[in-house]
Amino acid sequence: MKQAIYKAARGMYNSLPVLISAILLVGLANAVVPKSFYSYFFSRNLIIDSFIGSALGSILAGNPITSYVIGGELLKQGISLVAVTAFIVSWVTVGIVQFPAEAILLGKKFAFYRNLSAFFLAIVVAILTVFVVSFI
Amino acid sequence: MTSEKSNVGWYFLGIVLFIYAIAFILKREIFLKAIYYVASIFSKIIPIFLLVFVLLVIINRFIKPQSLAKHLGEESGIKGWIIAIIAGIISTGPIYLWYPLLNELQKHGVRNGIIATFLYNRAVKPALIPLMIYYFGLKFTIVLTFFMILASLAQGMIIEKLVGVKS
Repeated sequence: MKQAIYKAARGMYNSLPVLISAILLVGLANAVVPKSFYSYFFSRNLIIDSFIGSALGSILAGNPITSYVIGGELLKQGISLVAVTAFIVSWVTVGIVQFPAEAILLGKKFAFYRNLSAFFLAIVVAILTVFVVSFI
Repeated sequence: MTSEKSNVGWYFLGIVLFIYAIAFILKREIFLKAIYYVASIFSKIIPIFLLVFVLLVIINRFIKPQSLAKHLGEESGIKGWIIAIIAGIISTGPIYLWYPLLNELQKHGVRNGIIATFLYNRAVKPALIPLMIYYFGLKFTIVLTFFMILASLAQGMIIEKLVGVKS
């Protein structure tokens, strides 16, 4: 039990600096950036928005907790749910940062196609999720 | 690797705090507005983090990576895909810790699709569900989880088509 508590605490401790940084940056962005700024990047087009969201999530990496916090705050800033969904899905399924390790241990071809398909699947999952949620 | 990773995080936090210090000196109203917003986020998510911590302890207590990985290689039919989904969902720890284990399984003949499905399901984290519900709602969380599990199977099949069933 002690080991389980230690492992959980270590996991949360490791993600703490990035999480706090992300929240602080979100706070700063909220104070500095006008809400209309975000609409400049997101077109309100389902495909393009989910593509941008998936691309952002693929580049950034870290604990999923951080992606939920950033995604949730982006949603409050008026970013579409489909873009935010693609962002949080690709954050955990596409790993550009981990790509070299994955390629060495599981094969270049495997790592390349897994990440590429995960990128496009994030867009599909986002569109389907938002479509179904809007009907329930 | 873990310490390097955590150090990068702390350096990043240092840079962000430095930006806040500059804001405090040069633009006090922006600093205060940002701090007020940050405080409101923390006050809302700290209780959820406590719940996430408890769930992580429970999962860590009952699930061991090695025994979980062993099951991935035991079945190759429909059962194998189901085990890959469940194992991916309940697995914990950073992804790079899993690569050596998965590499061993790959060498022992475990299908590439099973490994890809396992990796995709690592995105579905039961311990983090309370936080997801807080930000996106219960309905969204259930629908997204459902589609992510379906996508994990789709990815397993895509990988087998493009890379081959076995490496």
